[in-house]
Amino acid sequence: MEILTLSRLQFAFTISFHYLYPPLSIGLGVLLVATEALWLKTKNPLFHQMARFWTKVFALIFAIGVATGIVMEFEFGTNWATYSRYVGDVFGSALAAEGIFAFFLESGFLAVLLFGWDKIGPKMHFFATCMVALGAHFSAIWIVVANSWMQTPAGFHIVGDSLHARAEITDFWAMVFNPSSMERLSHTIVGAWQAGAWLMVSISAWYLLRKQHRAFALASIKIGLALSLTASVLTLVTGDRSASGVARNQPAKFAALEGLWETGQHAPLHLVGWVNERAETTRGIAMPGLLSWLAYGDTAKAVSGLHDTPKDERPPVNITFQFFHLMVGIGFAMIALALWASWALWRGTLANSRTLLWLLVISVLGPQIANQAGWWTAEVGRQPWIVYKLLRTSQGLSAVVHANQIVASMIMFTLVYLLLFAAFIFLLNEKIRHGPDETDLQPSGKLALGFKGAKGGGL
Amino acid sequence: MNFGHLDLNTVWFALVGVLFTGYVILDGFDLGVGVLHLFVARRDEERRVFLNAIGPVWDGNEVWLVTGGGALFAAFPMVYATVFSGFYLAFMGLLCALIFRAVAIEFRSKHPSPRWRTLWDRSFALGSLGSTLLIGVAMGNIAWGVPIDARGEFAGTFLGLLHPYALLMGATTVALFAMHGAIYLALKTEGELQARVRARINPLIIAFILCYVLLTLATLLYVPHVTEAFRREPWFFALVVPVVLAIANIPREVNRGHEFFAFLSSCAAMAGLMAIFGVGNYPYLVYSQPLPEHSLTAFNAASSPKTLAIMLTIALIGLPVVLAYSVSIYWIFRGKVRLDKMSY
Repeated sequence: MEILTLSRLQFAFTISFHYLYPPLSIGLGVLLVATEALWLKTKNPLFHQMARFWTKVFALIFAIGVATGIVMEFEFGTNWATYSRYVGDVFGSALAAEGIFAFFLESGFLAVLLFGWDKIGPKMHFFATCMVALGAHFSAIWIVVANSWMQTPAGFHIVGDSLHARAEITDFWAMVFNPSSMERLSHTIVGAWQAGAWLMVSISAWYLLRKQHRAFALASIKIGLALSLTASVLTLVTGDRSASGVARNQPAKFAALEGLWETGQHAPLHLVGWVNERAETTRGIAMPGLLSWLAYGDTAKAVSGLHDTPKDERPPVNITFQFFHLMVGIGFAMIALALWASWALWRGTLANSRTLLWLLVISVLGPQIANQAGWWTAEVGRQPWIVYKLLRTSQGLSAVVHANQIVASMIMFTLVYLLLFAAFIFLLNEKIRHGPDETDLQPSGKLALGFKGAKGGGL
Repeated sequence: MNFGHLDLNTVWFALVGVLFTGYVILDGFDLGVGVLHLFVARRDEERRVFLNAIGPVWDGNEVWLVTGGGALFAAFPMVYATVFSGFYLAFMGLLCALIFRAVAIEFRSKHPSPRWRTLWDRSFALGSLGSTLLIGVAMGNIAWGVPIDARGEFAGTFLGLLHPYALLMGATTVALFAMHGAIYLALKTEGELQARVRARINPLIIAFILCYVLLTLATLLYVPHVTEAFRREPWFFALVVPVVLAIANIPREVNRGHEFFAFLSSCAAMAGLMAIFGVGNYPYLVYSQPLPEHSLTAFNAASSPKTLAIMLTIALIGLPVVLAYSVSIYWIFRGKVRLDKMSY
C-alpha cells in the first residue's frame, strides 16, 4: 500500500481509539461535579458512595485517554511532517494552550480527586473535582478549535511558496473564533456529555436488572438521565447549527452529507439511501425541501450540489453520506430513549420494565458510535483537503518516512491497542461486578468532619 | 501583548528548555523508580509502595513532555517536523514504552493474581527503562548532530542514530534517572525498605559520575560545536560549579537523614545539567553534520514573531498558575507512602 493510505489508516485508527475515552471523561466529569455537589448540599452519604464509585470508573477511563493521547500529539510530527511545518505557526499556539491550560489542570487535580479523599476537606476535594472537569472541557476546546481551523481557516496569511509555504497567524482571536469553531465545539461537548451520561445510565440499569445496589442505582440513573435528556436535546440543537454552518462554509461537504449532485431548490433530505459515485446518483427515501430548510431555514432556497465542485476536490460521497446518517439516526434514537426512560422514571415504573432496562444497558454504545460517526463525517467530508482549500492531505505527509516503517508502527499500535482494550474491558467489568463499596456509606478521615450527624436515607 | 525588542527566538529556545527540564526533573524520578522497581522492591507490598510513591504525580509529570512537545511544535515547527519524522521508529518505540508503562501502573494492582502482577511489574520496569534510554539517545543525537538535507529533512537512518556517543548519553540518562528515583524513594519509604533504597544511592551516583565524565571527554574530543560554545563564552563553565556542588551534597544529606534536601540537590543538579546542555547547543536545535549549514536553529526554524509573542503571553499567564498548583499538590501528598483502599 502507498504511504498516504497507510498514514491515513494509522491516524484514523489511533484517533478513533483515543476518541472512545475523552468524551467519557468529559461527560463523567460533569456528573462527578453534580454528585459531589449533591453530597455537600444534602450530606446524604449515598452521594458520597456514588462519587467514590464513579471516580474509580473515571480514573480507569482517564488513564487510557492520557496514554493514547500522547500518541496523537506525536503523530502530527512523525507521519504528517509537511503538514506540521505548514500549520505549526497557527495550530501550535492552540496545542500549547491546550497543554498549559488543560492538561496540567486535569492531571494535577486528578491526583487530588483520586488520592486526596482522606488528605483534604470535602470542600477542597469538591474544588479539585471541578478543576478536573474544567480541564477536561478545556482540552476539548483547544483541540476542536485547532481542528475547526483546518475546516474553516481564518486569521492567517500564507508566507513563502511551494515547498516552503506556510500559514502564519495574523489575528489570534480570528483563528480561535474561526467560522466553524463554536458550532463544532458545542456539538462535540454535548456529544461527550451523552457518552458519559449514558455510561452511568447503562451501568445503573444493569444493577436494576440484576436487582443489586437498588438505592445506588436509582440515584445514579436519575442524575445520569437528567444529563442524558438535556444533552440529547442539545445535540439536536447544536447539530442543526453545525449543519447550517457546513452549508455556508463547506458546500462540497454539505452536498456529500446528502449525496446531492445537482444544485437546485427544494433540495431533499434522505431518511436512508445509497450513493452510486460512478453513476453520480443517489437513491433512497427522501423528503423534498427539507435539506434546503436545514441549510437556510427555507424549503425554497437552492442548495449547491456536488457538480459545482471540481471532481478532484470532492470528498468520498457515500462514506460521508452513510456516517452522517448513522450519526443523525442514533441522535434521534437517543432523544426518544431519554424521553421514554424519563417518563418511566417519573411514573415510577422504570425499575420494573425489563425491556426498557435492557435498552438502557446497551444505550452506552449509542453515543460512542454516533461520536465516532460524527468525527468520520467531519474528517472524510473535508477530503481531499487536510487544511480546507489550502493543503491537500496527500501534500501533508512526512517526506522521509517509508511505507515499511508505517507498517511496523501499525502492527505495534494494533497489538498494543487490542491489549489495552481487552484490559480496559476486563477491569471495567471487575469494577462493575464489585459495585459500590458499602463502607463508603460512612465517610472516614477528614471527610467525616462536619458530617457526623448525617443519617443515611434513600432518595 | 507587545514585547518590544525582546529576542523572542532566544526566549523560546530557553522556554522550551525550561519545559523539557521540568519534564526531566519530574518524570525523571518516576522513570527512575521504574528502573529500580524489579531490583530493589521484591515483595508485593514493597512494589505497591514504589508504585504509590509516584501514584498521584506521575500523570502530571508526563504532561510536561506533552506540553514541551506542544511548545516545540508551536515555537519551532521545522524542528518538530524534522525530528519526529526523522526519528520515526525511535519515537514509535518511545510511545510503545510510555503506553505500556502508564497502563502497567494503572492495571498492576487491580487484580490479585501473582502472574498478572508479575507481568505488569515487568512492563512497568521495561517501559521505564526503555523510555529513559530512548530519551537519552535522542538527546545524544541532538548534541552530536544528525544528517540534514537542503530541504531541512532528516537524511540519516534509524541504525545511524545508535552510535556510541548517543548510546553513552542513553546510559548516562539511565544512571541519572535511577539515582534521582532512588533519592525520591528514600524520601517516600521507611524502615527496612528505605535502608535498602538508601544503600543504592551512592553506587548510582558513582555510576552516573563515571558515565558523565566519559561523556564530557567524548564531547570535548568529538563534538567541536559544543566545545566551541564553551571556548567562546568561558563563563559557561561557571554552570559546572553548582552542578558539582549539588551532586556532592547528595550523599552528605542522605547520611544526615535529610532526604528532602538530597532530593532538592538532585533536582538542582539536573536543572544545571540541562542548562549546560542548552547553552552548549545554542542556537542549534538540531545540529547538522556533516553539513552544518543545514542546521536548524532558534532563528531559521521558528514560528513568526507574532506567534512567539502570543505563546509567550499564554505561557506568562499559564505557567505561574501551573507551578502554584503543582507545588500545592506535591504538598498535599508530602510524607511517607501509606497504603489505603484507593492505592494502586
